[in-house]
Amino acid sequence: MSHAASVHSLWTMSADAPQKIPAPHIEYAQLSPTLIVLGAAVLGILVEAFLPRRSRHPVQLLLTCVALAAAFAAVVALAAGGYGTGKAHAAAMGAVAVDGPALFLQGTILLVSLVAVFTFAERRLDPAAHGRPVDSFAAQGAAVPGGRAEQDAVRAGFTTTEVFPLLLFAVGGMLVFPAADDLLTLFVALEVFSLPLYVLCALARRKRLLSQESAVKYFLLGAFSSAFLLFGVALLYGYAGTVTYSGIADVVGGNVRMLDPVLAGTTGNDALLLIGGALVLMGLLFKVGAVPFHMWTPDVYQGAPTPVTGFMAAATKVAGFGALLRLLYVVLPGLRWDWRPVMWGVAIVTMLVGAIVAVTQTDVKRLLAYSSIAHAGFILAGVVATSPDGVSSVLFYLGAYSFVTLGAFSVVTLVRDAGGEATHLSKWAGLGRRSPLTAATFAVFLLAFAGIPLTSGFAGKFAVFKAAAQGGAGPLVIVGVVSSAIAAFFYVRVIVLMFFSEPKEDGPTVAVPSPLTSSAIAIGVAVTLVLGVAPQYFLDLAGQAGVFVR
Amino acid sequence: MNPVNYLYLAALLFTIGAAGVLIRRNAIVIFMCVELMLNACNLAFVTFARLHGNLDGQIIAFFTMVVAAAEVVVGLAIIVTIFRSRHSASVDDAGLLKL
Repeated sequence: MSHAASVHSLWTMSADAPQKIPAPHIEYAQLSPTLIVLGAAVLGILVEAFLPRRSRHPVQLLLTCVALAAAFAAVVALAAGGYGTGKAHAAAMGAVAVDGPALFLQGTILLVSLVAVFTFAERRLDPAAHGRPVDSFAAQGAAVPGGRAEQDAVRAGFTTTEVFPLLLFAVGGMLVFPAADDLLTLFVALEVFSLPLYVLCALARRKRLLSQESAVKYFLLGAFSSAFLLFGVALLYGYAGTVTYSGIADVVGGNVRMLDPVLAGTTGNDALLLIGGALVLMGLLFKVGAVPFHMWTPDVYQGAPTPVTGFMAAATKVAGFGALLRLLYVVLPGLRWDWRPVMWGVAIVTMLVGAIVAVTQTDVKRLLAYSSIAHAGFILAGVVATSPDGVSSVLFYLGAYSFVTLGAFSVVTLVRDAGGEATHLSKWAGLGRRSPLTAATFAVFLLAFAGIPLTSGFAGKFAVFKAAAQGGAGPLVIVGVVSSAIAAFFYVRVIVLMFFSEPKEDGPTVAVPSPLTSSAIAIGVAVTLVLGVAPQYFLDLAGQAGVFVR
Repeated sequence: MNPVNYLYLAALLFTIGAAGVLIRRNAIVIFMCVELMLNACNLAFVTFARLHGNLDGQIIAFFTMVVAAAEVVVGLAIIVTIFRSRHSASVDDAGLLKL
């Protein structure tokens, strides 16, 4: 009876005394990185609508690069202003956190996206069609592959310059995702970055059927997983009566003022908490590609246009792990005796499955996909450390790993034959004899994936495993080292294939890229080596950024 | 009527949707099942809002509807393109990408 009265009072009270709804207080300056990126994305749509086709590509490229650079400058300014440490707080009425991990991950996402834009804009890899340069994206996404409309579009020199605004929308969502401080913002950010990615996956110029198939798979599975996440959000809301992270953490921790006794059935009901928490975790583990939610990864990585794959593999992982860390460290620390064993299991299975299945792969993009699954497992080992060191090691690993991935996929775009990219491993035989520089660059990335010293991969793995061991996860470290050894086998196998086998007669050629892709690869190599040789500054940076705001 | 019954209904609808995604073979039907799952979430949100006596859940339901609408736009576009390429919306036919 009493609770029904309290519900109805929400309406009757407001009828009695009409109150002004207080306007929310939004700290626009502190949200400026996201706002700049999303604003530029909207501008990009206007460019598509109003500019002549000829000038769209350079304008979009300029707009995207300027927006990402400006957003990165805004992140640096916020960090320099102390928002990463002393002034860290939850902005926008508690919806978005502005703190160390959020700023670090946003900076990483912005830099990675900026480099990814270079590979998106590359127009020299394919021979020009009808005298016009073409990029990696379909002339017209809606045209049926091989049909009349597509031929007309190619002849007219259409290019899908919408990929730039789509990328910006995805980046905007990714910036909010690791900073989300309530579950509703988390869900909306997830959709904002996922939906453009689904579309981007479907837009390959070559092998369009594969590309469309990968988009369908990614979309259906992604929508399925986000429905699970949303149901988890509903259950957590039922458990705590609020969706803010700190509110739920208060209820989990048991330090909350006593509520209406009639609500005791739902508030503080552990079944709701456990099932809800598990469902939300499931949605996040899907996004980072952890076993058993990894099935989409190889198919989507293989089918999507390679620049998109590189962007997705790098930036989505950063955003997803950021959100996962915040959920586990801010919302559910009171529940860690429940989630730690589960995450242990997920980390072990992810490392082993990723490494073992990768050994059997014959396609470079699928190989890198399984390698990314194995790396998700290594990062999870740092996540379960449940210590500040764990957070900062994961942050460092994400920064190091994303540039290596992006560089590796950029190299994949260069090796081509008549059908587009030659991704079958047999075609890579003897690549080191024919084009030593390309093969050597790819070898650097593979060694970084394998975690060989003097590359960023070693520094990252060492930091993660050290944090895990100190956090009492010794067995996890042993499994991690074993699966690193398995993984090293297939990385080295590719290197041996490239350098110590005879080139085939009809082997692929290595395209000469424009400065765009060259600089993307060069940045990848530079970051890999700098973080490998002198990681201390960046480890310190990640260490300072390792505290979540409550 | 006890509002908790609506939670059972929401869980039931969610399960029907999830089972449909796993069982059905047509991409459009799978997508409809996903929408059913999202609507089950909405029902749960609204019921919890009633139980807790605050409006958060009802507001979230609106957000969910908008997100679901955006998802329909993107999803149908993707499904229609693949249907036009293959003249089939069956997910079993989409077998070019395999282990």
